Amino acid sequence: MHPFVRTILAALLAFWLPASAGAQDADLQALVDGLAAKSFNQKIDAVDKLAATGDPKVVPVLTALLEGRLFTLKDGDKLVIAERKGRVYVTTAPLGGANLGEVKKGDLTKVRVNNKLRGELRAALGGLTLLSPDPSVRAEAVDSVLKARDAELMPVLEKAMAREEDPALHARMALAHAATNLFAAKKEEARLEALARLSESATPEVRSLLNEFVAGGKGTEKVIAAAKETLEAVEGRLRLWETVGDVFRGISLGSVLLLAAVGLAITFGVMGVINMAHGEMVMLGAYTTFVVQEAFRAYAPGAFDLSLVVAVPAAFLVSGAVGIAIERGVIRFLYGRPLETLLATWGISLVLQQAVRSVFGPTNRDVGAPEWMSGAVEFSNGLLLTYNRLWIIAFSLVVVGGIVVVLRKTAFGLQMRAVTQNRAMANSMGIRTGAVDALTFGMGSGIAGIAGVALSQIDNVSPNLGQAYIIDSFMVVVFGGVGNIWGTVVGAFSLGIVNKFLEPVAGAVLAKILVLIAIILFIQKRPRGLFALKGRAVEA
Amino acid sequence: MMMIENRTIEAADTVLYVDGVSVSFDGFKALNKLSFFVLAGELRAIIGPNGAGKTTMMDVVTGKTRPDEGEVFFQGDVDLTRLDEARIANLGIGRKFQKPTVFETQTVFENLELALAGNRKAMESLFFRLSGEQAGRIDEVMEVIALTEFRNRLAGSLSHGQKQWLEIGMLLMQEPDLLLVDEPVAGMTDAETEQTARLLREIAQDHSVVVVEHDMEFVKALDCRVTVLHEGSVLAEGSLETVQQDQRVIEVYLGR
Amino acid sequence: MRASLLINQRGGQVLLACMVALAVGVPALNLMVPASSAFHVPDYMVGLVGKYLCFALLAMALDLVWGYCGILSLGHGAFFALGGYAMGMHLMRQIGDRGVYGNAELPDFMVFLNWKELPWYWHGFDVFPFAMLMVMAVPGVLAFVFGWFAFRSRVTGVYLSIITQAMTFALMLAFFRNDMGFGGNNGLTDFKDLLGFDLQAPGVRAALFAASAMAVALAYLLCRAITASRLGRVLLAIRDAESRARFLGYRVEYYKLFTFTVSAVLAGIAGALYVPQVGIINPSEFAPAASIEVVIWVAVGGRGTLYGAVLGAMLVNYAKTYFTGTLPELWLYMLGGLFVATTIFLPKGIVGAVPTFGGSGGKGLGGLGKRFGRPSNQAAE
Repeated sequence: MHPFVRTILAALLAFWLPASAGAQDADLQALVDGLAAKSFNQKIDAVDKLAATGDPKVVPVLTALLEGRLFTLKDGDKLVIAERKGRVYVTTAPLGGANLGEVKKGDLTKVRVNNKLRGELRAALGGLTLLSPDPSVRAEAVDSVLKARDAELMPVLEKAMAREEDPALHARMALAHAATNLFAAKKEEARLEALARLSESATPEVRSLLNEFVAGGKGTEKVIAAAKETLEAVEGRLRLWETVGDVFRGISLGSVLLLAAVGLAITFGVMGVINMAHGEMVMLGAYTTFVVQEAFRAYAPGAFDLSLVVAVPAAFLVSGAVGIAIERGVIRFLYGRPLETLLATWGISLVLQQAVRSVFGPTNRDVGAPEWMSGAVEFSNGLLLTYNRLWIIAFSLVVVGGIVVVLRKTAFGLQMRAVTQNRAMANSMGIRTGAVDALTFGMGSGIAGIAGVALSQIDNVSPNLGQAYIIDSFMVVVFGGVGNIWGTVVGAFSLGIVNKFLEPVAGAVLAKILVLIAIILFIQKRPRGLFALKGRAVEA
Repeated sequence: MMMIENRTIEAADTVLYVDGVSVSFDGFKALNKLSFFVLAGELRAIIGPNGAGKTTMMDVVTGKTRPDEGEVFFQGDVDLTRLDEARIANLGIGRKFQKPTVFETQTVFENLELALAGNRKAMESLFFRLSGEQAGRIDEVMEVIALTEFRNRLAGSLSHGQKQWLEIGMLLMQEPDLLLVDEPVAGMTDAETEQTARLLREIAQDHSVVVVEHDMEFVKALDCRVTVLHEGSVLAEGSLETVQQDQRVIEVYLGR
Repeated sequence: MRASLLINQRGGQVLLACMVALAVGVPALNLMVPASSAFHVPDYMVGLVGKYLCFALLAMALDLVWGYCGILSLGHGAFFALGGYAMGMHLMRQIGDRGVYGNAELPDFMVFLNWKELPWYWHGFDVFPFAMLMVMAVPGVLAFVFGWFAFRSRVTGVYLSIITQAMTFALMLAFFRNDMGFGGNNGLTDFKDLLGFDLQAPGVRAALFAASAMAVALAYLLCRAITASRLGRVLLAIRDAESRARFLGYRVEYYKLFTFTVSAVLAGIAGALYVPQVGIINPSEFAPAASIEVVIWVAVGGRGTLYGAVLGAMLVNYAKTYFTGTLPELWLYMLGGLFVATTIFLPKGIVGAVPTFGGSGGKGLGGLGKRFGRPSNQAAE
């Protein structure tokens, strides 16, 4: 440890003592002039003294010295900061920054620095900026302190901590404090104490810090052992948080899958109609959102935040109407011929894609996010929950809840179940089966449209949007068990979570492939899905 | 071993032996400790209201449905609960469905040819040639089911009753030891019903036959032992007269 | 003999005649007739129709499982692509040190990825007979394993269709990955020669064309032998009433497995013939949309007839070439409309829509010949 360190610290402390401004300025200039000294030791001494003043005005000087922009004028040895401008240099006063005119390169001599001086400068700057009134400067400073882990900075760090009012910055400073102690403290107790502090916050940063310390192996056996223990504890907690994060991401993906699939759970699950144009219903919902937003932008830009609220019923109506048209125009001629239905609806999906491409163009359309969906909840351990994801999770559950209510509690739901269970009987009881079919299909399609509103917030709105979801949707419905809404819910969330747990291990694409293979194998094992109805009714 | 009407029956004496079989679908007990047996060469009618478990019983015997408990033996010692449909069919149990099921895009002759007893291996069927003897057998059966004149008609173009007969004919081609016939006269005219009863009696002369039926006239015409099923188990058994006088049978079935 | 098969036979005879005529006539008119002559078949036409023939073979393979066995596979493109990749791997190895990086051992994309040695599954593909074996074995084994699981657990109908689609989708994702070792996004391309013959030479291209036509003819004979046998009638029985067939004692799963595997092998061969003619194979061949398009070829032509599948494949692809060239906007509307119209109005396809087709099969196909097989007609007459 250098003897001058103590001087710096003392000086930094002194900075906060009241002093007369005028005297300070004169003293500062004298100290700055000291930087032009011949020997490096003298320069270091001057840096120390400057740092000791704690005056923000010296920061530009020290920065200039560090960056090689501090010169002496050959004529009179006066110190200036010089910036190259074309063929000449513009000089300014080191303190205050007054313009001192242009000079030629030959008139200047660079103030030389060596590595030792550079280190000194960095530490001094770190200490100075730590006390800056600007929080962003302090944040930067604490980061560099955390990197330097220089015991010399301890006192100033402590002082900064005592003054810090921003809790996040304070926490960072405490971390830097503990880290510095761990690496640089002389006493074993201080190091152990630092470890105890570090174990309180399990973040990836702390983990890499501890890893570095353990790998470096500098310290008493007791400290190293304690560090290893702390590292293990931190890693354990981090794993837990990672799991929580994976679960969240899985639920988030699951809610997307659920939204995409839940309409299919009605058209395919309840009605038994295999609608390959389902993805295009989602896509139409997304484009409806785009159109609604354009209308808001044009006519009511102030109310843009409400655009999604309007888009939901609009998308339901658009996709629902298209769905009814498809059912009446094509599908009803194909009841009882599932493979033909599959082909015809695939054809419809091609037509819808091309139609959207003709009207809106082949490229992605920009769908904006309202204020209340932007942003995120962030946790110190790196877990990030974005609001749009949280909204989509909530939204998917609301949609499912709504469907269950319609199916169970309304006359329409009753008729729908009657028609799907025994068409002839329902017909003879005066239910207009054709109308029920059309409305059921319309409802399934409309829900797909609603899903499109949500997906427009997280995915590219392009004519191919639906294609991306069709296979996943079918997988979810089949996996969960056809004809069972709860099966679809469980299927969607479990597939989402499994996918996200596989991703860190296998990578995103391979994870998807593995999930697909798993479902293919699963269907072999249980052809009727997770929550299949057993018995004669479903085998007919 | 089971006790029925004070007789002790060993599985070995029977062609079909069903003991304590239960099957449930989502909590609904389709079969509830069902026990009955069919002797070799016997013609047996099984009646019972809807949901009594008649079709489920057939599903269990033919390997379509696995029982939750109980045992099913064929020819005394073949455990049917472990085998699949194809295996059971090849052992000699033929089954006619409730809804007539024939291969509609193929001719009557081809339908019968497909049912012809013999090797069912896929690879060997590639190089199969019909022998004169086998063709003769097909003609014989066609005669029995009265479809000779429709030999080259597509099965799909036959009348409902003719399809039923064709299906029975296909069963005969299999040369089974036991025929399970599910509602053979549903949707038939009276004349067709009478003809079918005659056909089944004829078949029963050298096969064991189990007929599930609703139509009481038809059951009477079969003139055989009757088993009444109710809620998945046997309610009564005996001649048609006996069961018709059984108070419980009257309550659950005939009385309505 | 049976009426339905007789009709088949008439259509089949015409098909065989057309294929032989194409195999002989097109190369002859391409190579021997001077370009100035009205009878000359330009090179691009050889490539184009050759490509159609590969699609026709693929369509026939699909018809075997769908038309005769009721298995609507939405993943046949996967077998086609696997056959194509097997052929592509052979062609890549044939490039030798003539690649951009001049590496005799490694294909260019591996050098680019900094790979040091050939992955184990690339070994042997430099040997032509081995590569040809793989063309058939890889799709065949995949179909066998997939079918083994699916048919034994009685996955049928739309469920089966959906999982075949998932299969090809999973394969597409896999082949898009660079570390799979199949060229990733770009696939395999820049082929130089096959068995020492330059793939760009007109003679070689004509020979590939003839091989494709002959492959269609031979595949037709094979498929017809299968469908006309007792096995073929069991397949129809399974298609029409699967449980009846089961209760008659047929092990439905083995029959399906046999047919599915044969079909996959045929699809693989189609892919292998396709790759040297178009000069590239990439993961887009695995796209679910590509597989489902094959279904519409078969549906348009008429399923369950074999030659109908060939007819449908040629017609739809000709239309595709024509419309994507002149009115690209319209093509997807037309294709989509074709799906809808065929299923609703033409469930038996063109072949089924012409009641007298069997009797005047020659006329029907002759008309077709005029449309896009002009040279073959000339050659046949």
